[in-house]
Amino acid sequence: MKINELFGKDLYVVNIGSPTFLKDLDSQNVKYENLEWAPPAHGDVELIKVLDKLERHKEEIDKANDEVVAKVKAAQGKLVDCKKAIDAIPGMKPNMILHSGPVQDWEHMADPQKGAVLGAIVFEGWASTVEEAEEYLKTHEIIFSPNHHLNSVGPMAGVVSPSMPVHVLYDEVNDTYAYCPLNEGLGGVLRFGKNTPDVIERLLWMKNDFMPVLAEALKICGGIDVRNIIMQALNMGDECHNRNKAATSLFFREITIPIMKTSFPEEQKEKALAFITNNEHYFLNLSMPYCKLAQLAGTGVKNASIVTIMSRNGYEFGIKISCLPDEWFVAPALMVKGLYFPGYSEEDAAPDLGDSCITETNGIGGFAMAASPAIVKFVGGTVADAFNYSQSMQEITWSNNPNFTLPALDFKPSALGIDIRKVIESGVLPIINSGIAHKKAGIGQIGAGLVTPPFECFRKAIIAFADQFED
Amino acid sequence: MSKFTKVLKDSYFDSVTLMSLSAKIKKETKASEVTVLMATDMNKDLISKVGLGTDDVLNAGQNDCVIGVACDGDAEEIVNRIVKELEDGNNQKKEKKEVVYHTQAQFYKEEDPNIVVISAPGKYAAREAKIALENGKHVMLFSDNVTEEEELSLKQLACEKELLLMGPDCGTTILNGVGLCFANNVTRGNIGIVGASGTGLQEVTVLIDKQGGGISQALGVGGRDLHSEIGGLMTMQCMKALDQDEQTSTIVVVSKPPASDVEEKVVQLARTLSKPVVLIFIDGQPREDENGVYYCSKLSEGACKAVEVTNHSLKTSFDLSSDVLDVCAREQSKLTPNQKYLRALYCGGTLCSEALSITRGVLKKVKSNLAKKEEEKLSDPLVSEYNTIIDMGDDFFTNGKPHPMIEPSIRLDRIVQEAKDPTTAVILLDFELGYGSHDDPVGITIDAIQEARQIAENEGRYLVFVAYICGTEKEKQSYTTAKKLLEENSVIVTNTNEQAATLAVNVCKEVQ
Repeated sequence: MKINELFGKDLYVVNIGSPTFLKDLDSQNVKYENLEWAPPAHGDVELIKVLDKLERHKEEIDKANDEVVAKVKAAQGKLVDCKKAIDAIPGMKPNMILHSGPVQDWEHMADPQKGAVLGAIVFEGWASTVEEAEEYLKTHEIIFSPNHHLNSVGPMAGVVSPSMPVHVLYDEVNDTYAYCPLNEGLGGVLRFGKNTPDVIERLLWMKNDFMPVLAEALKICGGIDVRNIIMQALNMGDECHNRNKAATSLFFREITIPIMKTSFPEEQKEKALAFITNNEHYFLNLSMPYCKLAQLAGTGVKNASIVTIMSRNGYEFGIKISCLPDEWFVAPALMVKGLYFPGYSEEDAAPDLGDSCITETNGIGGFAMAASPAIVKFVGGTVADAFNYSQSMQEITWSNNPNFTLPALDFKPSALGIDIRKVIESGVLPIINSGIAHKKAGIGQIGAGLVTPPFECFRKAIIAFADQFED
Repeated sequence: MSKFTKVLKDSYFDSVTLMSLSAKIKKETKASEVTVLMATDMNKDLISKVGLGTDDVLNAGQNDCVIGVACDGDAEEIVNRIVKELEDGNNQKKEKKEVVYHTQAQFYKEEDPNIVVISAPGKYAAREAKIALENGKHVMLFSDNVTEEEELSLKQLACEKELLLMGPDCGTTILNGVGLCFANNVTRGNIGIVGASGTGLQEVTVLIDKQGGGISQALGVGGRDLHSEIGGLMTMQCMKALDQDEQTSTIVVVSKPPASDVEEKVVQLARTLSKPVVLIFIDGQPREDENGVYYCSKLSEGACKAVEVTNHSLKTSFDLSSDVLDVCAREQSKLTPNQKYLRALYCGGTLCSEALSITRGVLKKVKSNLAKKEEEKLSDPLVSEYNTIIDMGDDFFTNGKPHPMIEPSIRLDRIVQEAKDPTTAVILLDFELGYGSHDDPVGITIDAIQEARQIAENEGRYLVFVAYICGTEKEKQSYTTAKKLLEENSVIVTNTNEQAATLAVNVCKEVQ
């Protein structure tokens, strides 16, 4: 009998609940682990019933999840082109403006996103000033669409208008494309809602001068493997969401000679290179579309409980799961907890904003914080906290990704495939590294920190997920 | 407002380090502005905007770190502190990483424990227990408020997987010599016990120890295991396991009387086992011993029987010695005519039941919060009437508070309250030593005992105190010290709970 096997063995105890009796395990020299246990599903009895129901369908769900993570791990991502959105993105319309997060209308739009939309209207030449742009909105039909609906992603406001240049990434395994606008740099930029003439001017330069150089350079070199750069950068101190120093340098190294080889005037090439090298977040707008491609590969698998999109628009946080690719599960976005630049405080902050947490969805960013201990200081934590964040994400993921390794944890693979069942069960929420935008358009980034999706998104998702199964 | 800036030439610091340092300093010093930044153009702009853009700062280069402070006090001092912290920061000790696990599933991916102790609230406990069993782990379910249906399905699963499911509402287990939750430090030996009651199991292990016997395993299976609904599943599972255990030569089962159908099953099983079985059904109907199966209805009787059939001679007698009886008679003589009643205030549930059963057999007008019979029920658990036996571990008293074995102080006020009642003759108390129990249950009770004596004395009365200490000489709390302290305060201390109750009842019997 198995009970007899236990007799005579050293006990190794797991304690769940009150720590009262632990001191007497200590005094008897018994090995134990005290779980940081909390009631599952935040104690919601109905949700626990849902979990129990899903437990009866475990086999089919587990199998579907295996398929999702296998596809995600296999996905490739190469930067192959830089084109105007209207030319690059199928479904983009001449009067369409893309934005970050779940579905949004002008009325409820967060101020930074509004600012970016107005800037985009000026950039497109539909109006010559921001004031005119507001008028333009009233008199013309602009179609707003989440980036994600067109396989695009954009940090912060995430605004993409038809003639904005976008990075085009290609996954040859799945023959799919994903898109992302170019990173303008830090400070007062469109993605934080700034829309002053200098911002518009830079955007125009990016379109007229930078885009053609990059596009030609990419033709010359045959594209650049973005996934490969992420793999390296994670071993060089980046987590490829809030820290992209190493990745940007690696990208710079690969793109320099191809840019030098292009047919453009020296000055134009030099400016293009300077634009990349002076912006250590350049690579964020490559890391994001790679993650989008990978998650796209895992999208639409029947019975799979894995999150394939997390995204926010400064108003609401939205998630999608693999088997319900057309359904957003949204809840009001939370505030980012972190550190502020001089002169700013939490009162100035906008709620959580941007598509950039596609990186966490794909197991980097906050999930790979152990690769980038510097980031944890954003919340006044310690290096040990960084390790813990990466470890604890293993608790809510279905698998991990051997492509992305964490040197400080003995090259342990990063957590991959957020399983809504595990989030509900453990109450542990995905951890996201994020910049903090000023709540007023145009002021820019005022800090950075950590945030999670609202639990409510997962509550809604698991109920809809469970509805697909028989009782 | 004082302002001060400083440039650290060619000193590179990660921006995150600088931001967190400035936030920390700002919080600690309440300075109106603290900026610690690398002097990039963008950062110089930021510094200028808060009025700290001195020439030094504006002339600093990309690889310089600039520090600026504006505050009501001494800005330079704060700047110097920042410089020092930046320098010290490089020498900070590396913190030990510590992995935190939230769920069993995650923990089992990394580690292979063999038993899970669950004290989570009842409505979640069964679920956790199921997960543990499904992962092949033995379970000790300390939690209460697990339904009988849940208990049944967990025990069925455990039996199927040949695992232990101890509990629910199981406070006591000794596995491989390790006490889990509430347990006593008893000699290891070859008597294996299955107990469907907490302090009953503790008492039997302690009494076996006192008689020179030893314990191989003591497995608590939860108070409902021998109900018809559960059918003795885990009791019988454990009996079979002990029968196969080389370290066990005698098997003891301790329980309140089982449902009759279950009793028959247990007896049937006992007959087929290769080892002698002592069945202690507290307060049960007497039965004739048969070949290898012995029936007892009292804890001490069962403990002695177990030691005897394991071929040990008894070390001591649990009969009340004449010494104690003499003391008792002397104490009794000090009572005034109105002092008639017994007031027993128990922490241990089964010990309380045992006291109730002893009292009931001798005295009339017995009330208890444990009573099932209508006429025995207390109208208000907070107020004693006639002879009252209180289980302080009852939900009524513990609601939201620790169990009195962990925190016996919830009994102190009641001791004083009983002393104020002029009809109180004897106060009977139990003290549990051992793992899980309070570090000094007697020590924290002594003041209340003295206060009670004083109250009685002031009103020209005398109170008889009788106590039982459940524990061995080996406990982490010293048995000797506890006993000494009680006796110094004229409390009569007995060797078994049964003795304590019998003695207390006898004192009252005479006066009633």
